[in-house]
Amino acid sequence: MTAELRRTPLYDEHVAAGGRLVPFAGWEMPVQYEGVAAEHAAVRERAGMFDVSHMGQIGTRGPDAAAFLQHVVSNDVDKLAPGGAQYSCLCADDGGIVDDLFSYELEGWIADYLTVSNAANHETDLARFRELAVGFDVEVVDLAPDFAMLAVQGPEARAAVAGLASSDLPPRMRTATLAVAGAEALVCGTGYTGEDGVEIMVAPEDAPALWRALLASGVTPCGLGARDTLRLEVCFHLHGNDMGPDRNPIEAGLGWCCKEETGFAGSEAVAAARAEGTAERLAAFVITDRGIPREGNPILDGEDRVGTVTSGTFSPSLGIGIGMGYVRSDLAEPGTAVAIDVRGRRREAEIRSKPLYAGN
Amino acid sequence: MATEESYPEDLRYHPEHDWARIEGDQATFGITWYAQDSLGDVVFFDPPEVGATIAKDEPYTEVESVKAVSDVIAPLSGEILEVNDEAGTNPELINTDPYGQGWMVKVKLTDTSEVEALLDADGYRELIAE
Repeated sequence: MTAELRRTPLYDEHVAAGGRLVPFAGWEMPVQYEGVAAEHAAVRERAGMFDVSHMGQIGTRGPDAAAFLQHVVSNDVDKLAPGGAQYSCLCADDGGIVDDLFSYELEGWIADYLTVSNAANHETDLARFRELAVGFDVEVVDLAPDFAMLAVQGPEARAAVAGLASSDLPPRMRTATLAVAGAEALVCGTGYTGEDGVEIMVAPEDAPALWRALLASGVTPCGLGARDTLRLEVCFHLHGNDMGPDRNPIEAGLGWCCKEETGFAGSEAVAAARAEGTAERLAAFVITDRGIPREGNPILDGEDRVGTVTSGTFSPSLGIGIGMGYVRSDLAEPGTAVAIDVRGRRREAEIRSKPLYAGN
Repeated sequence: MATEESYPEDLRYHPEHDWARIEGDQATFGITWYAQDSLGDVVFFDPPEVGATIAKDEPYTEVESVKAVSDVIAPLSGEILEVNDEAGTNPELINTDPYGQGWMVKVKLTDTSEVEALLDADGYRELIAE
């Protein structure tokens, strides 16, 4: 565990902004600057920015690029048009979720497709892509060293970025190449907060100037702490917590991004899980009395343990404890009363539909 | 978040980042500026029961920030006489006024000689500077 932590090109900016740096997925990342509550509020009410340069990028190019990606990811890549974005799972042959991914179809720029991976899974994802590339006329390229990445999120995020951009920003779930703060950038209408906004990929050497330009535009620096509360309020999965190789997309509630008819690697197992149902399902819940659920807390039905919390926190927007966890499938319906064993204290809770926070 | 870093001279300090304001055989406990700053925004404090017995160096309650749970360690042994329900309702007081409105419990001390083992403000400042 003493391996050297990696630093993003924005490390000095984090220090200058008063960021509190912590180890995360092998990287030294800011968990907060001013405070989680203030940063959370900035994104819900105005605009915040996150350094997500630790995330990986995988380029796919060549004559078979489309057919190859269709084989690799769970969603229907044929539905992806040039300039489009798509969420999917990368599955093992047994249907287990190796990672969750965003893929972008580029228009003749650096690769045919660019896929964004989670930092902790990037090397595993690359190996899986390469393993599945056999027989395809395709090149799988590790583009992670070529990019820094900033997520700018919140109701005022687009306006802040547009003020620095050479042309119109892409709409939601679309991507475009343009100049932002003078740097060539791939701008994507995606994010992980439930707010409108963009994610911007630039060359690492261009990232500090972009950060400073956004800061000067009034965008609030936000750390991993706020990123987690924001994503959990809208029930976006965190790989490694809310799903992993031991869970298939059906039980994880990600069946909507799996199109088994495409025959993607792992599709047979996913189809079987869909047809047969799963013993457990990922459900979202709120604490209806006091207390904050945390990862690993048992979920109870009466006195019986029926599941485990996979993500839990205090919701700054709702002012209560919230979480997600796997429960016996018959208990996963919204409105079901359960309890959470928070370090020996029973806290009453209720299963709710996702997302838990639906905006102002 | 709040308030300037400070370690009042009239308090005694436990190395686990707790303070005690000693008045005869009674004392008020809370967490230090350093502790609340390390925690970040405090969002949950469930006061312990009045009448409970607490032991020096042992956890007597918990305080939670958005990110994490932290045990609060008793700087001295005693019996809880009073708890700060106001901080239970408004846990941000632990950030904004850690030595005032953010106090946690008032305790009847079992052994006032335990106070000798605590640090004074200078000693505590040296500890956290390490």
